[in-house]
Amino acid sequence: MKTQPELRDMARTDREPLISLDNQDLMPLPAPLDSPEKDHAWTPLSAQVRAKVECGLDDTCAVSIPQPQSPEEEKALVAKFLSGLEKLFKKEENWTFLQPLLLTMEHCARCQTCADACHVFEASGRNELYRPTYRSEIMRRLYFKYVKGGGLVSAWQHGDIEVNWPLVARLIELAYRCNLCRRCAQTCPIGCDNGLVGHELRKLFSQEMGIVAKELHEQGSMLQLRVGSSTGMKSEVVKDNISFIDEDVSEKTGIEIHTPWDVKGADVLLIHNAGEIMAWPENPGAFAVILTLAGIKWTMSSELAGYDNINYGLWYDDAQFARVAIKHAEAGRKLGVKRILLGECGHAHKALSVIADRVLTGDLNIPRESSMTLLREIVMSGKLKFDPSRNDFPVTLHDPCNMVRLMGVVEPQRQVLRKICPKFREMEPHGVDNYCCGGGSGFAIMSGHNFPDWRFHVSGRKKLEQILNAFSECMAPETPKYVCTPCSNCKGQFRDLLTYYNLWEKHRILYGGLVELMVNAMVDVKPGFIDWEWR
Amino acid sequence: MTAIVFIAVYAGALIFVVGCIRRVVQYARTPVHLRWEIYPVPHEAPERAAHGGSYFEEDSWWTRPQHFSLSGELTAMVPEMLFLKALWEFNRRLWYASFLFHFGLYLVIGSALLVAITAAMSVIAPGAVAIIAGLSALYHGTGWAGAILVLIGAGSLLIRRLTIPELKIYNTGADIANLFFFLATFAVLLGGLALQPEGANLRDMVRGLLTFQTATPIGSVFGTGVVMASALAAYIPFTHMSHFIAKYFTYHEVRWDDRINLRGGELEAKLLPYFGYRPTWAAAHMRADGNKTWAEIVAINPAAEIKK
Repeated sequence: MKTQPELRDMARTDREPLISLDNQDLMPLPAPLDSPEKDHAWTPLSAQVRAKVECGLDDTCAVSIPQPQSPEEEKALVAKFLSGLEKLFKKEENWTFLQPLLLTMEHCARCQTCADACHVFEASGRNELYRPTYRSEIMRRLYFKYVKGGGLVSAWQHGDIEVNWPLVARLIELAYRCNLCRRCAQTCPIGCDNGLVGHELRKLFSQEMGIVAKELHEQGSMLQLRVGSSTGMKSEVVKDNISFIDEDVSEKTGIEIHTPWDVKGADVLLIHNAGEIMAWPENPGAFAVILTLAGIKWTMSSELAGYDNINYGLWYDDAQFARVAIKHAEAGRKLGVKRILLGECGHAHKALSVIADRVLTGDLNIPRESSMTLLREIVMSGKLKFDPSRNDFPVTLHDPCNMVRLMGVVEPQRQVLRKICPKFREMEPHGVDNYCCGGGSGFAIMSGHNFPDWRFHVSGRKKLEQILNAFSECMAPETPKYVCTPCSNCKGQFRDLLTYYNLWEKHRILYGGLVELMVNAMVDVKPGFIDWEWR
Repeated sequence: MTAIVFIAVYAGALIFVVGCIRRVVQYARTPVHLRWEIYPVPHEAPERAAHGGSYFEEDSWWTRPQHFSLSGELTAMVPEMLFLKALWEFNRRLWYASFLFHFGLYLVIGSALLVAITAAMSVIAPGAVAIIAGLSALYHGTGWAGAILVLIGAGSLLIRRLTIPELKIYNTGADIANLFFFLATFAVLLGGLALQPEGANLRDMVRGLLTFQTATPIGSVFGTGVVMASALAAYIPFTHMSHFIAKYFTYHEVRWDDRINLRGGELEAKLLPYFGYRPTWAAAHMRADGNKTWAEIVAINPAAEIKK
């Protein structure tokens, strides 16, 4: 049942969802997933969930906001929302993003050019609720009415809106239906940025109302600031795990590996996404092999957050973002390293290299470098010898938005792949025009209620189409295929997405990092580093 | 009539200029924000700009001079300003209408400047008859062509807004009225030009405007058109149609702003005062009580206090 909501529906006082999607409504997929009737049915939200939390937007629920118990409570929440809205437009409160936000609020021409760039909108079968400007238009009308003073002329000029708790509750959820990939912003002729609107809304809800997806806050940045990593691993546990990884990798590769810890004055402080250490240990293992054999003076840090480069604040809260970025920089400063090297994690790349650049001042301003660049230098320098025939299987490359469109690290990883993977092929489109994996902005780690259903059917659908198209001529299971994914968050999404559609079982599509492909092709290493097992 | 027209033009021009300056100042005074660029950034080195790469692609990038290619920026900006390149690439159907409209406006603005130059010449060098005649022909040509393009473009944009469902949903009263305003103004201007009475011409009108001679004859229809155009000019800076100002900031200060913050550098000096702001965000984890500075707030570890 496809429904197309209007803007005013956001304030509907019933708690019924504004839309409900069927598989038939969605963007068609290529073979072998071209039969919507064979696609998985969506898991409905339980009656218990519907009775307790706000889920009046669509088929799912990302944030789990408890329903207010009285009109007074609703009123107080709305008042808090309006107070946060006002703060977004004050320089003392929001110096970090005021200028781009003002420009986006005041100059959208509602030409809808952005809509065709949005993978969520397209994949949903062009449902109005997911149009990039739907969310922005709500916020724009709120801005003109409640921040700029409103009035009849303003309502005529910018459109009218009434704020109530149902609207705020739906807006909270709607802020979590955008991957913040900013592909829409790339196409806007004026330079307005719907991704920024999603970001700022999430910020308002977090910084003023304390409302945020628990996976990003309690289990994310707060856990990281408490124990050192959002995985929950304390430094002793990480050291133990890395020690096991060293052992395994030494045995597997025939290269003796000892990951160095807390080496003062090292050239490179390598910070991984700690999720790699738990879920994909071959990735930090491969890094250790490459850096050791390339003769790099490197170290890892056991400082709080110094061994986990994630920074979920990037997606919802400037203070949490800055706190974590400072911890990362402090780890580097304490060791006196020459540079901080970011492992294969897209959002960590952008967070520490780009966004934190105007947060880290003085001696916290330590150079931060992408591992893609260093890996390219190692491959091109000839320091290590590679045998591309060891990677003689189809490989395609996923471009993490944060690393590519939003940071401009496009070519180094491709230069490596062209050198060591004879069957490398691009997805279309690719590079800075590529599509989000569908797990961006935290979705890959958000699994509450039936949210994964939405993540697989809608936000991940365009990427799924790209992967299937990239391997269209070799889908038979006899040919193993590899989606090179130099980002931990995107890998999490691919793990879940490919499992959901049985693409490993039926078609042998595997995903993994760049360094695994490098070690797999290294002449000095025992063959078979990639073991073609599902993780 | 002439006095009314002149007052309208002076007032319209003044309000337009003041309104535009107000917009520029509003955006220019906002703090330097956190980096938020989108690639490609055209002032990058050409070999990187071609694929949308940044200096982060270079090994030890902080040891190398930052590249700034003015020609790269111009190559991106000029086609965008003159030919609306982004629309051509991403929204071709809209481009046809929008390009006619915008290019028509450029021609009309160009024509108005030519009229002013011709009027000034007729005062300063009245003997340069051939040049004045040439310029007159030119501004007539560009003016008529521009106004016709504006009419076709605005009409097409209006039809799109009224008929395409995805545009209709988001229309406001002003979106429709703005296009009607353009259509009406240019229709009256063109009609007025066609109906100009004997002895009235544009050059004399502008000369009268520049020298405050209200005895200059102006046809009533054309005069009405000029009053409407003046009102339109005065209105634009207070609407989203002032995106010609916004675009400078969205492109140069947001999308393409990849300036590096160097230790002890100019940018760092600009940022430090913001660290002294005292925000008041209310969520508990923020610890923003209005007394602590931003720097103090982000130095707090809110999780450390609830260690289990």
